[in-house]
Amino acid sequence: MKISEFDLVIKNGLVIDPAIGFGNEADIFIKEGKIARVGKDGGSKKDSANIPPDKIIDASGKLVVPGLIDMHVHLREPGREDEETIITGCQAAAAGGFTSVCCMPNTTPTIDNQETVKFVLSRAEMADANVYVVGAITKGIKGEELAEIGDLVNAGAVAISDDGNYLQNPELMRRALEYAQMFNIPIISHAEDRFLSASGVMNESYQSTRLGLKGSPAVAEEIAVLRDIRLCAFTGGRVHIAHISTAGAVRAVRLAKAEGINVTAEVTPHHFSLTDEEIGKEFNTSLRVNPPVRTQKDVETVIEGLLDGTIDCISSDHAPHAEEEKDVEFDQAPPGLIGLETTLGLVKTKLIDRGYLSWADALSKMTINPARILKLPGGTLEIGKKADITIIDPEKKWTVRRENFRSKSKNSPFIGWKLSGRIGFTILNGRVVYRA
Amino acid sequence: MQLKSRHLLGLEGMSEEEITLILDTAESFREIIERPIKKVPTLRGITVINLFYEPSTRTRISFELAEKRLSADSISFTPATSSVKKGETLKDTVRNIEAMKIDMVVVRHSSTGVPYFLTQCIQSNVINAGDGSHEHPTQALLDMFTIRRKYGRLKDLRVVLVGDIKHSRVVRSNIWGLKAMGASVAVCGPTTLLPVEVEKFEVDVYQNMDKAIEGADVVNIMRIQLERQQAGLFPSQREYTNLFGMTRERLALLNKNYTIMHPGPMNRGVEITNEVADGDASVILEQVTNGQAVRMAVLYLLSGKKAEEE
Repeated sequence: MKISEFDLVIKNGLVIDPAIGFGNEADIFIKEGKIARVGKDGGSKKDSANIPPDKIIDASGKLVVPGLIDMHVHLREPGREDEETIITGCQAAAAGGFTSVCCMPNTTPTIDNQETVKFVLSRAEMADANVYVVGAITKGIKGEELAEIGDLVNAGAVAISDDGNYLQNPELMRRALEYAQMFNIPIISHAEDRFLSASGVMNESYQSTRLGLKGSPAVAEEIAVLRDIRLCAFTGGRVHIAHISTAGAVRAVRLAKAEGINVTAEVTPHHFSLTDEEIGKEFNTSLRVNPPVRTQKDVETVIEGLLDGTIDCISSDHAPHAEEEKDVEFDQAPPGLIGLETTLGLVKTKLIDRGYLSWADALSKMTINPARILKLPGGTLEIGKKADITIIDPEKKWTVRRENFRSKSKNSPFIGWKLSGRIGFTILNGRVVYRA
Repeated sequence: MQLKSRHLLGLEGMSEEEITLILDTAESFREIIERPIKKVPTLRGITVINLFYEPSTRTRISFELAEKRLSADSISFTPATSSVKKGETLKDTVRNIEAMKIDMVVVRHSSTGVPYFLTQCIQSNVINAGDGSHEHPTQALLDMFTIRRKYGRLKDLRVVLVGDIKHSRVVRSNIWGLKAMGASVAVCGPTTLLPVEVEKFEVDVYQNMDKAIEGADVVNIMRIQLERQQAGLFPSQREYTNLFGMTRERLALLNKNYTIMHPGPMNRGVEITNEVADGDASVILEQVTNGQAVRMAVLYLLSGKKAEEE
């Protein structure tokens, strides 16, 4: 019996590839980890005729899309392997449909040198997702002196960021923007003026007034975004605004783009799904996150920003925390929540089902847009590319359950939520790494 | 009539009927503390722990006396630090204490939401004795009790809360309680000490003391903390006193039968002058006495309510 020339075939799915505007029923043929052919069986029936059944995925009624990319995750390794490791974080990624993640440098030690980049990349070799490293802007992400950015890039860093810390010194930010241009990488900015946010633990609004919790005002983010936009324009550098969360920050990015300034932005699912009104209900520390979840008006404005293209990407800001650190007083809990495994469901439930975004538009923000911003190889289903593919069961209803998380940490505010849209298969390099 | 919850976490959401029940119950206990033998067997066999993560003299002693006068077994525990970074977590602490078979916990803590958090960790009835800048329900109850004793009602009285509105849990609990009872409530303080969107409490908001207290029946003056000045929220104590100090001159602006209140501890000469604090219309010490009666009422009303009743 003749052995098929293909290793895997995904048949009868609705293939959506926003990068090339493709959206048709088609079959995808995979060989040696690469996409060998995309198209309807047509003249090549004899090819699939020889494929053994266990090499065929029937994707009828499913969406077949480029492997999703999350350009903002915290994998906690090295340093907090009790919260997440590169291996477990990538298992969570695979379960969430992500074939590529970018990990932030605020580990212990920080990823501010070549050796740590190499360490992360070597750990990632056996992982269930591609891991791209975001290096630090400054040594120890302390905001004092530039890290060896050239070295970081040589070792594989795709961007730099002091994520978690805003680079408060504008002169240093200017130099970083200038210096980074030599390597054609963006600076990812955690935009939060530390003087204004003070030690706020939630959004400053009527809700913080009601609860008597220290508020972090929207203007702390807006001033930081505006400063970075002006420095970007001034230096000709490239800034990507991480986890944008306020109406004013969205407007600032919109105007900057209209002016032709090289700025991009991402939003997290929690910032388009949650408001600060949730916090007082149970003081759930999974709602303690930075930037804080904001008001309904902010939620509406970030959704507008997604609609009109002001916001380029949807990223999870997956931030695992140990249970014992979150099972404390609200204002004592470290900020952050896990998101890799709930992103797609929230995008479907909160954006697509409500008619804000089409599948193609939503997917572009999780595939080709982050790929372009960071010059990553994936994000599309072109022939000859690595077979990183996600298969989505678009109408599948499911309930977020604590015990189902692959992430080592469980700090999700979405536990118990009913979502629509679930990952069916995640395929990395032609290999099935997740199957529902 | 019973209280809806088996805990007292705050006055937000509490009904007029529930507050009235507490105040009416407190009236009978108020009589007991005037007796030569100030003790009743009401809570015999009930164990109460006073968990004070923040320094307090009057509230802690008031609760302790209330418990003793009701014949409860009570112990006060004042941890050296509330920092979770040092040693045992709050959850472990309270679970260990509860393992000694206790019935009720009175808690004060610098973090908002701790009383709620405790209800999720343990089975005991939880009474909030002040959480962060959130609520201090027994203080507001004793304030209302004191006002009601003098005027026979709370409805339609004009009550002005003055001072550090932003950081005051006493203010928040008073707002919820007074509004539920039908009083007309105003807050007044420097703009920097008024929290954002404070008007959403549906109270009148003033930054001018004279305008705020004009025609008021009750002025409840909040303590101003020196740290607020260091944090740049007002320039000097002198200027604060000039703009917001409760002085004898300002008394002329009030209604005839006015009342001056302060939850303590007072900064004499800063937010209130000596003559006002010690004047005829001051009920500041009466508030302290009434505090015991109100806390006895709360302990009594919650003591019978077990977890399975909810």
